[in-house]
Amino acid sequence: MRLISTLSILATLITTPAAADWQDTLDAARGQTVYWNAWGGDARTNAFIAWVGEQTEKLYDVSIEHVRLSDTAEAVTRVISERAAGLDTGGSVDLIWINGPNFLAMKEQDLLFGPFVEDLPNAAYVDLSPGAPATLDFTVPVEGMESPWRLARFVFTYDSARVDAPPDSMAEFVDWAATNPGRFTHPDPANFMGATFLKQALVELAPDPDVLLKPATDASFVEQTAPLWAWYDALRPNLWRGGEAFPENHSVQQQLLNDGAVDISMSFDPASTAAAIEQGLLPQTARVFVPEDGTIGNVSFVAIPYNAANAAGAQVVANHLLDPAVQARMQNIEVLGSFSVLDPAKLDAAARAAFDALPTAPALPTLEELGPTLPEPHASWMTRLTEEWARRYTR
Amino acid sequence: MLVTVAFGLVLPIAAGLWQTGRAGVGVLPAIGATELSLVPLRDLIALPGFSTALRLTLVTGLGATALSILLAVGVCAAMHGRMSARASGRLLTPFLAAPHAAMAIGLAFLLSPSGWIARALAPLAGWDRPPMLATVNDPGGVALILGLTVKEVPFLLLVILSALSQIPVREHLAAGRSLGYGRGLVWIKVIMPQVWPLIRLPVMVVLAYSLSVVDMALILGPSNPPTLAVLLLRLFTAPDIGLMLPASAGALVQALLVAAAFAVLSLLERAGRVLGRWWVRRGGRGLSAEPGLWMATVLSALLFAAGALAMLSLLIWSFAWRWPWPGFLPDSWSLRAWSTPGSGWAAALGNTLILAVATTALSLALAIAWLEGEDRARRGRAGWAEALIYLPLLVPQIGFLFGLNVLFLRLGLTGGYTAVIWAQALFVFPYVMIALSDPWRALDPRLVRAAGSLGAGPWRRLFTVKLPVLLTPILTAAAIGVAVSVAQYLPTLFMGAGRIATLTTEAVTLSSSSDRRVTGVYATLQAGLPIAAYGAAFLIPALLHRNRRSLQAGGAA
Repeated sequence: MRLISTLSILATLITTPAAADWQDTLDAARGQTVYWNAWGGDARTNAFIAWVGEQTEKLYDVSIEHVRLSDTAEAVTRVISERAAGLDTGGSVDLIWINGPNFLAMKEQDLLFGPFVEDLPNAAYVDLSPGAPATLDFTVPVEGMESPWRLARFVFTYDSARVDAPPDSMAEFVDWAATNPGRFTHPDPANFMGATFLKQALVELAPDPDVLLKPATDASFVEQTAPLWAWYDALRPNLWRGGEAFPENHSVQQQLLNDGAVDISMSFDPASTAAAIEQGLLPQTARVFVPEDGTIGNVSFVAIPYNAANAAGAQVVANHLLDPAVQARMQNIEVLGSFSVLDPAKLDAAARAAFDALPTAPALPTLEELGPTLPEPHASWMTRLTEEWARRYTR
Repeated sequence: MLVTVAFGLVLPIAAGLWQTGRAGVGVLPAIGATELSLVPLRDLIALPGFSTALRLTLVTGLGATALSILLAVGVCAAMHGRMSARASGRLLTPFLAAPHAAMAIGLAFLLSPSGWIARALAPLAGWDRPPMLATVNDPGGVALILGLTVKEVPFLLLVILSALSQIPVREHLAAGRSLGYGRGLVWIKVIMPQVWPLIRLPVMVVLAYSLSVVDMALILGPSNPPTLAVLLLRLFTAPDIGLMLPASAGALVQALLVAAAFAVLSLLERAGRVLGRWWVRRGGRGLSAEPGLWMATVLSALLFAAGALAMLSLLIWSFAWRWPWPGFLPDSWSLRAWSTPGSGWAAALGNTLILAVATTALSLALAIAWLEGEDRARRGRAGWAEALIYLPLLVPQIGFLFGLNVLFLRLGLTGGYTAVIWAQALFVFPYVMIALSDPWRALDPRLVRAAGSLGAGPWRRLFTVKLPVLLTPILTAAAIGVAVSVAQYLPTLFMGAGRIATLTTEAVTLSSSSDRRVTGVYATLQAGLPIAAYGAAFLIPALLHRNRRSLQAGGAA
């Protein structure tokens, strides 16, 4: 007990100058409009972002303009064209919901503002110890250049009215598809979710999964992916449309599942199935399943471009996203249902109670049902997988 | 006047092409590329599926254009004189007004294996699951050809009908038939050769559009690989920044492709002239063209029906709650998609309206100024000026929009309404100009002369005689302007820096989501806005001129 109070006093002492800096950021942010560039294909996420905007406007006088992207890379392109035109300040993108390869690309090109994460007061609720999930994005060190906001886990969705026993490992998909030809597919690997499907299989099938955590080399790529391609060659003929065409992304595939055109879909959000049922977008009988050995999981981040016109406001938004009350609302299945990135051990009793009181739904898996979380391979694997897949199967 | 247009139209296109061209040969200093080389082109060609994408582009672009011309000519030959110009105009309007993206979204649902047609057939065929057929996004691009044809046939019909009004069709037909030629053959041998020079430019617009269309190809076309234009959009927006160089090289290839298609068209025209003369002189009097005409009419009627059903399905989806396979109608209905305007459609509708009004007003003002300028200088339009007006419609959008974006960024214009209005006006102005030119020239010169002899100066003649008399065609041109502005996808996306969400950009984004109900709302609004504009163009003159019979619709034109 005494130790804790000593620590908290120490923490106060340490955070005082930072708190003063934070006050400066708050002052600078007042009245700013943050252009948050985020994928706009999910109505619940859009509504949540709108709600966050109302909150920050009320609390900090920072409003949010949600720039809806169909692909995150659009925002990256925009920052690049701005640099091309010499627009090094006053850029049009303030905040980006970003994922591995886009983050890597921007970080390597020095297109990011930061480091800023550790200066955010609410970062205290996040486990930022070395190697913690929020410090790595596809094994690329975050180094304070992007702030976490939601947790993602790869899951499959199926219609329990049509399918009795979904496959319980990636390897078993081959047999399942052979028995049910044309009833399974995956999004185009040019899309994030399609690439994740291949990565999920790679993590299970690779001879030495530890190699996947390092950047891929020509030799290691050939060696580790050989079983994957053998598996895929066996699977592909029995895919929807004979593996000649693929849905553009997982939303389109979810629509195929709803139409009864396929029996299985996939998502990077364990709560999306329950939410889709709630919204009338999937039948009541839709359920989630995962392979027994677990699935890939990662953290979604927000980053600020180097030339953002409203960087102070963007930091205020990033900080507010980590507020325990906001995170609890985000995890609420009736709102968004995305798992929180906060470390339960760092929360106080009231915040923990808010999380415990969240409602549940039949199609919402528990953390135990989701099994172990597997680490994302290094970002270079995803790029290579996508390219190699295109080389092999695009004619 | 000419200077304004040259500055406003030609400069952005030339500058955009220049920037894209530089990047296409490896010069894009912003990403550290400064060396002139052919590597971008080589990288582009080495992309998996590049040759397939190229072939797809040619097949869909040329196929859709050829099919559209055949059908439009067939329908005109079969129906001309059997249907009044006003009735056919009213029939065509909704198809002209509905933006490509909305039409594509509707067709995607109508035609897909789990779509409306399949649902109607399911009880008969005993399908408990959607059939395993590739009816949309098919690797051959048939669905894309169909979608383009649904939109282009009405456009070509309109331009052919307008061209026919300048030709004594009835007399030619009577003369031809009295010499023993069938109706179809008179059309092919006598009337079409006169129509062709009048519709050559619009056909080129259709050709350029079909070869480089993005929004429709995204929704209806194949995806692995897609057509060239979609492939380029993917490259321009890929996380790997280096891909911008091959993307720019691809934009050049796209431009060359369109240029080559124009060259082929011109060769065909020349060959047709030689062969046609020989054929006409030979004097064969076969009656065999008649079944072809009727087939074209039936096919077009089917296409129109598909288009109408597609739009209807969007409206139904927007009011649906659960509409699972194989229900022919929704299980449950809901107003939820409409009742939450705050979730986005209100803002998108507002932006779309602002842009449509601004670009249309700007384009209309420029067009009137140009035409009045021609009147005052007592000069007709030179061929090069005509080509200048068409220029933005003939250069593929993706070829210069990326470069134009860089230019606008330099000027500090991007991301605001100004940039989007300018970029949209590049495409709105030509259509407004084309729509207004003929009625303007057809204005009875005695009216103006009479006003002049009564002492009215040039400005008074313009504002109290010409514009009021030309109210109907001006409003029609405005409605076309609104329809073109609403439909713009790439210019809004590139120049708006994604900040200016319109019904079209949102509808295309949503078409890759799982919620057809929300997509239905956007697509319905997107199609409804231009239709409302056409409705206004029809109603306003009817009201204002209710006691001026010869000024009512059709009277002035």
